[in-house]
Amino acid sequence: MNQGTSVPTSNSAWKLHEIRLISRKMEIPIVETFEFEFVDSAVGQQYVARAGQFNMLYIPGYGEAAISTSGVSQNTGNIEHTIRQAGNVTNAIFRLELGQTLGCRGPYGNGWPLRDLEGKHLILIGGGIGMAPLRSVIESLKQSGCSFLKVTILIGGRSPEALLYSAEYDQWRSSGFEVLTTVDHSTTGWQGNIGVVPSLLDHIELSDPNAAIVMCCGPEVMMNYCALAAIERGIPEDQIFFSLERHMNCAIGHCGRCQLGSYFLCTNGPVFRYNQVKELMKIPEL
Amino acid sequence: MNDFQYFRMDQFPDFLRQLMHSGYRVIAPTIDQEAIVYAEIQSIDDMPRGYTDEQKPGYYRLQHTGNQRFFDYAVGPHSWKRYLFPPLQLISTSIKSQDGWTFEEHVDEGESYAFLGVRACELAAMRIQDRVFLEGAYVDKNYQNRRKASFIVAVNCAVPSANCFCTSMNTGPKCKSGFDIALTELSDGFLMEIGSSLGNEMVTPLGFPTATEEQLSESESVSDHATEQIKKTMDTTDLRNRLIGQLEHSHWQDVANRCLSCTNCTMVCPTCFCSHVEEVPDLNQERVDRRKSWDSCFNPGFSKLHGTPVRNDTRSRYRQWLTHKLATWHDQFGESGCVGCGRCITWCPVGIDLTVEVAALCEEEP
Repeated sequence: MNQGTSVPTSNSAWKLHEIRLISRKMEIPIVETFEFEFVDSAVGQQYVARAGQFNMLYIPGYGEAAISTSGVSQNTGNIEHTIRQAGNVTNAIFRLELGQTLGCRGPYGNGWPLRDLEGKHLILIGGGIGMAPLRSVIESLKQSGCSFLKVTILIGGRSPEALLYSAEYDQWRSSGFEVLTTVDHSTTGWQGNIGVVPSLLDHIELSDPNAAIVMCCGPEVMMNYCALAAIERGIPEDQIFFSLERHMNCAIGHCGRCQLGSYFLCTNGPVFRYNQVKELMKIPEL
Repeated sequence: MNDFQYFRMDQFPDFLRQLMHSGYRVIAPTIDQEAIVYAEIQSIDDMPRGYTDEQKPGYYRLQHTGNQRFFDYAVGPHSWKRYLFPPLQLISTSIKSQDGWTFEEHVDEGESYAFLGVRACELAAMRIQDRVFLEGAYVDKNYQNRRKASFIVAVNCAVPSANCFCTSMNTGPKCKSGFDIALTELSDGFLMEIGSSLGNEMVTPLGFPTATEEQLSESESVSDHATEQIKKTMDTTDLRNRLIGQLEHSHWQDVANRCLSCTNCTMVCPTCFCSHVEEVPDLNQERVDRRKSWDSCFNPGFSKLHGTPVRNDTRSRYRQWLTHKLATWHDQFGESGCVGCGRCITWCPVGIDLTVEVAALCEEEP
């Protein structure tokens, strides 16, 4: 599967590119998907982000936030970010009107392991906003032309209304992907699963655990339980991947803020094999 | 084999003038607020002469020696990082436009500084910061430009402080590489080792004579004597693994009970590189500067997840600092992040001595 070469649009540490908001779509409460284009289309044409990489989005006066890419932007010049309104910067992004510009640096980070997936059973597990970086995997898979053993997508939300990208599930199913959902709390009319995301792993058909690749993004506690459930099903530890999070400031391994053990999440991650980080995640406040 | 020359004490002004005439602003030891700090000088009269420093955990005092020597002290609170990686620097500016913003990155051309009086541990510290800012996946161009523009005059230590432990970290007291010129202060002048072609070009016009065997041997004994005076040690054998094996040791809390989380150790450390960027808008909110400043892993807001601090207490912050410096630094940069300069010990307000804490942390729990 071709991943393209992914390099930041500038090798200069703090060079910001102007991007323009061209569309926004409400997903679930306080979560929207924003589409941006590069003001300088030459920059946009050079821009290639792999699934799981992130950009630093910048609103002057408020600062930067690291946001995962949620779509595929292979030389289209456009980037998609599903963003939850959470802090100063994301609040300012939500106040943007169509046509307004903001700053962007990136893409940064290593991205999901999308090489050599022929014949694999991919299991994508997203909790809440954790589906955002996995959507770019799904988009890549749809375009890959790769023959997978199977693709299973497990999605958890607090309530049926909080299931991210629910309007797209049918389309994913028609691409041949298995989509299972669960919610923490049901509301009237919900006929589906109630319970935590890892419990979905107990029920999926898994013909060859050694061919399974798990990509997981969500709260740390959820990811840890997903890993345990996957191991229980016989999936090898080094075939389970987490996307981790810490606030980032520079995104290039210079500021020290996103350190976890021997890793800077921005440059060594944000995607790690479970066996790389499992011991580190056991130590509180490391 | 480097070239060795000699100049008399009364020729020191000629050496300084040559640096200035070559276009360098000379940064050298000066005295400010009763401490030796690095600042721009115009003549050798701006440098401390006849001073030494007494250093102990949480203690620093200058003393007159009654002699006329220039470099009979160890390192003070400053390090050269304040010139290569300044405490506050402008990185970009945003200007409001009709439909949003335009951005301008600020890349500093790099002031031509000659650093006079760089000690062996400080050369090691520069090499360590080079790895962080120049040799990773991304280059800090501001740092690169400043580093390229600088001229380094090292000085071999003659009088280490009681907090020095460069011999344990294998960084000193003698300067081995990474300088343009290295000086050793002898009884009546300086032995001058030429360490680069740039250094050679600089001193050729001065026409100083080649050093004699006696001068070379006097210089050796200065360094030997300095080595003998260094009493503080840290056992670095397998230190990375020993510390990583003790992340839940009860002694972390013992240190935390004394540590004020004041950030002094990280500010004076010549290798600490953490930073943060702040937004500085003008009053009309039409021009916003982004300024990068030194940060510290001892600040509660330094590491955050979902808007709340990751390291909530001093115990976890001290553990982050010490294990990064002495353990995980090896994984990231292939060497220790500590050069044994002793600044963090001297400038700790409560006198926490990392060599003592490391020894305690490496002892098995009862």
